[in-house]
Amino acid sequence: MHKVLKNQPLAEKIFRMEVEAPLIPPNYRPGQFIIIMADSRSERIPLTIVETKGNAVILIYQVVGRSTEKLSSLKAGDPVYGIVGPLGHASEIKKFGKVVCIGGGVGTAVIYPEIRALKDAGNHITSIIGSRSGDLLILKKEIAGISDELFLTTDDGSQGEKGLVTMPLEKILIKEKTDLVIAIGPVIMMKAVSGLTKRYSVKTIVSLNPIMVDGTGMCGACRVIVDNQTKFACVDGPEFDAHLVDFDNLLLRSRQYQKQEKEAHPCRKIN
Amino acid sequence: MPENKLKKIPVREQPPQERIKNFSEVCLGYNEDEAIAESKRCIQCGLCIKGCPVGIDIPKFIREIREKNYDGSIKTLKSFNSLPAVCGRVCPQEEQCQLPCPLGKKGDAIQIGKLERFSADQERSPGRNNVPDIIKNNIKTAVIGSGPAGLTCAGELARMGYSVTLFESLHKLGGVLRYGIPEFRLPDAILDFEIDYIKNLGTEIMTNVLVGKTITVEQLFRQGYKAIFIGTGAGLPSFLNAAGENLNNIFSANEFLTRSNLMQAYGSSRISDTPIIAEEPVAVIGGGNVAMDSARTARRLGAGEVNLVYRRTEKEMPAREEEIEHAREEGVRLVPLTLPVGFIGDSQGKVREMKCIRMQLSEPDSSGRASVIPVPDSDFTMPVRTVIVAIGQRPNPLLVRSLAGLKLGKHGTIETDENMMSSVPGIFAGGDIVTGAATVILAMGMAKKAALGMDRYIRSLSS
Ligand SMILES: Cc1cc2nc3c(=O)[nH]c(=O)nc-3n(C[C@H](O)[C@H](O)[C@H](O)COP(=O)(O)OP(=O)(O)OC[C@H]3O[C@@H](n4cnc5c(N)ncnc54)[C@H](O)[C@@H]3O)c2cc1C
Ligand code: FES
Repeated sequence: MHKVLKNQPLAEKIFRMEVEAPLIPPNYRPGQFIIIMADSRSERIPLTIVETKGNAVILIYQVVGRSTEKLSSLKAGDPVYGIVGPLGHASEIKKFGKVVCIGGGVGTAVIYPEIRALKDAGNHITSIIGSRSGDLLILKKEIAGISDELFLTTDDGSQGEKGLVTMPLEKILIKEKTDLVIAIGPVIMMKAVSGLTKRYSVKTIVSLNPIMVDGTGMCGACRVIVDNQTKFACVDGPEFDAHLVDFDNLLLRSRQYQKQEKEAHPCRKIN
Repeated sequence: MPENKLKKIPVREQPPQERIKNFSEVCLGYNEDEAIAESKRCIQCGLCIKGCPVGIDIPKFIREIREKNYDGSIKTLKSFNSLPAVCGRVCPQEEQCQLPCPLGKKGDAIQIGKLERFSADQERSPGRNNVPDIIKNNIKTAVIGSGPAGLTCAGELARMGYSVTLFESLHKLGGVLRYGIPEFRLPDAILDFEIDYIKNLGTEIMTNVLVGKTITVEQLFRQGYKAIFIGTGAGLPSFLNAAGENLNNIFSANEFLTRSNLMQAYGSSRISDTPIIAEEPVAVIGGGNVAMDSARTARRLGAGEVNLVYRRTEKEMPAREEEIEHAREEGVRLVPLTLPVGFIGDSQGKVREMKCIRMQLSEPDSSGRASVIPVPDSDFTMPVRTVIVAIGQRPNPLLVRSLAGLKLGKHGTIETDENMMSSVPGIFAGGDIVTGAATVILAMGMAKKAALGMDRYIRSLSS
């Protein structure tokens, strides 16, 4: 059984959970995720591991549907029905040189462990984090502490630059040679970043988070089109070369159950 | 032989109109009188044994039913087959044990499957699941995967006295029996009974462990496991690789059935948060058991029009005869000699039309099955709102590829010797991971052999 150690809100509808999962830390590497079920009736939902701590994993998630809502209602000491992982390939961590790391919304939590690992590997890190408004910017302090430079953007201008993450990115791309861009966040954001870096011919990695069921390559719910081929994000990914990803298909597929979810949970918003 | 002896005792079933509104078991099985009457038709010739992949002494267990010696009959069955309640329900008897039955030449073959099921279900009546006394040897063995192969291997090893840990990546045990085969064909309660038995034998159960990721095989050996059985099945779904296949409302059968069975989406939203879609018209592509299960599940989820599209004819369909029959009774329309070649979506990216071509039978291929060739200029489209692709599964490469030195077959299956040991000493395998997608009985049979092989191997280590 998995015991919740902590579960607290970080921002509106964004929670940070520390939960016991003793089998996971020894083989975990940054970029990998878990599948979690809050209780025996929950969906199996994928969440990236933010970090591990002793025999626990730390997860940051946004409440978007019934299953994440259930997660958010758990208190310290409560059991979680099931966690399996670490799943997927780990990120490629080595010295690339100058790396720009972009986190959008709750994707910032997903990219955080990668920033740390890339920093440790000796890269120069420029981080850009964006969200709808300032109070939704998460992990600001943590990311500032491990980045050589940090840019903030918000849709409403309440903090940092008003606008999208692509604005500071473009300035950087014009100004200096960049070896790698990593972007993790809403599909639309990753698509915009990818379009931009393609023009500047800078290699770009994105982490995809399609609908999943098993997370082990058994169902194909997570299939994405990369380089005109079907890939299973849970076992072939979750990270792919952004310039080869069919983002439009990804966006459509992420809306597969929108109608059902609205019926089950009227306030659900997806991407 | 009197005429009436040539006729089988019919088995009671839920009527089609009723059963398409529920997920309860279709076949109700024989009661005692019916079973005894059917067992009396048997002429005890023993030809059936040759047709059984694990060589069950069929005449003996049938004789024991006739004598009302139900304990004896289940013992006989279990000495060959550790999952008779499952096999009695899902084995393709008509191509196995019932095929050589001489009664079948002039009339109906003995209903061996139904008798097996009857005998096994007697055992499930309360208090009958007896756990034998076991002398423990405290030697650690690991079983990876909890389908019929893994469950059987774990049970056999535990009964020999080994400490067994059973690893399963999903949150529930059973493999395909849990996530694939629907409740109306194999109720969860039957599976749970078999699993309880394995648990009562002292097997340590580790669900939510994906071996190869959560823990590696090398780590297991380092933790002191002396021999390891891989029964990870053939869970990787094949797609057609046709244009438009990633449109919405196109699912692999594995996804569709997993949502329905494992995640219980067939129940009300009070039981499950997992959504499922079966908007009509539904097209199921394929002709095997997986396709039948998908089509029949779609009917039960309320789809009025369900078309089963297959590129050969009904005669070549690999599904069990009973499943094809049941599907048809439930209003599933068979569309033979048709090959889907592409999909067209609406403005929301949801599939709307399936492009198909007509096929015609041609020369038999190397396996003896008629092959098909396209009929020139025969393309047409079929309106669809949901498509379920059930054209086969291959072994999941995740674990096997992570093992250095493991010799693999052409399709990613594990190669084994006659003791089911792989090219890596101490690693054994059985079930679909060895054969490619096959049957429950074959998986069970291989697992039994593997358990004996593991025992011999472990003994050889200490001598
Ligand atoms: C829908 C459907 C209907 C079928 N109907 C019939 C039928 O009527 N009659 C019949 O005889 N056969 C039928 N079959 C085929 C039959 O179910 C299989 O041949 C049989 O289940 C194979 O057993 P197995 O134990 O080898 O594998 P599986 O049953 O596939 O079990 C493998 C298990 O291993 C787990 N696993 C995989 N990788 C790992 C890992 N790395 N770590 C931990 N666990 C892992 C999987 O999650 C799974 O639970 C059907 C198959 C399907 C899909
Ligand atoms: S989630 Fe099922 S195959 Fe990826």
